[in-house]
Amino acid sequence: MMSQAERLSEMDLRTVSGAFGEPVLGSQAVFRSALSAFSRPGRIQTVTSDAQNPPGTGAAAAALLLTLLDPDCTLWLAPRLACGPANAWLRFHTGCRIVADPAAARFAWSDADQLPSLSRFALGSEFEPELSCTCVVEVQALEQQHGWRLRGPGIQDRHHLAVTGLAAGFFAEWQANHALFPRGVDLLLCTGQQVAALARTTEMEA
Amino acid sequence: MLQIDGTSTDGAPTARQRWLRLLSHAPLELLESAIGTLAGPNPQWLRRPETGLVMVQGRIGGTGARFNLGEVTVTRCALRTDPARIACREVGVAYVLGRSGRHAELAATADALLQDSSARTHVPADLLEHISAWLENKHAKRRAQAHATRVEFFTIARESAGEPAAQEAP
Repeated sequence: MMSQAERLSEMDLRTVSGAFGEPVLGSQAVFRSALSAFSRPGRIQTVTSDAQNPPGTGAAAAALLLTLLDPDCTLWLAPRLACGPANAWLRFHTGCRIVADPAAARFAWSDADQLPSLSRFALGSEFEPELSCTCVVEVQALEQQHGWRLRGPGIQDRHHLAVTGLAAGFFAEWQANHALFPRGVDLLLCTGQQVAALARTTEMEA
Repeated sequence: MLQIDGTSTDGAPTARQRWLRLLSHAPLELLESAIGTLAGPNPQWLRRPETGLVMVQGRIGGTGARFNLGEVTVTRCALRTDPARIACREVGVAYVLGRSGRHAELAATADALLQDSSARTHVPADLLEHISAWLENKHAKRRAQAHATRVEFFTIARESAGEPAAQEAP
């Protein structure tokens, strides 16, 4: 049964804006971008969506979560997003369940500056590595001309990705996350309409 | 007389719950004539009409443990009214039995308008009473039909009261 706290109030509903105009085609197009992003980690993809993302959120991040979430999913929201209109928007359109503990969430949505340590998210187990968390992180900028050198599956030789907005300790955290393979979280770094993925298989050199 | 305001008395259904019930039971023709022109061609959809199944649960005698009675077809939608037609910021919601997307759309439009104190005047004042009367009439007819087939089991009562059971088939 749905508890009182999870129920959408009339006030929440008043803030909710529209989702995809054509739910099937819209979510398929965005899913294709997510697929491309994870098959070519570090390459920037453009997400096209006609969903009206809640104010204060990025179009790509909102559209990706709208596509990926369903009522079976648990979602952790960073404090800023949890108390904003994004919370009601995702619950209304996807039926996902919001959880307060990052370790209990299958998906997470956070700003780069509010992102907890990656080890606080669900990392999956050796037997069920697919149960780890997929984090959508809103960063300030993505660039593929310079920055970290990435290697691994989906990257033919190596290529660059520069991310603005992540904490200084992120590089070390990513090394630790990568070392956990096959466990570990996957990241979708978003800014505006752009998205680039970091899969747990992706090696990163400074 | 139905009150149109958002106040809730303890335990009793709120005014909104009452009109949502009436709108979802209303005949489509009645809604179409009252709300059809207000709905406008371009409502802002939060959720387009979609049809699915809802599990209905029951309790024997209203007190027993819940059990699943069966699934019913339900169509639901959520919208803001067409801004070109009527200015109304509220979100209207409708869940109706059956597959009629238009019914859900009209009921949600009426719900949105009834919630907004300034837009409420667009809804015909007697709409809810009309629906209520129509429903009452429908139920009365059904009761009458059912009543006509009512069987009084006097015979069995008399037989069991003392007649020998010799005539019963072996």
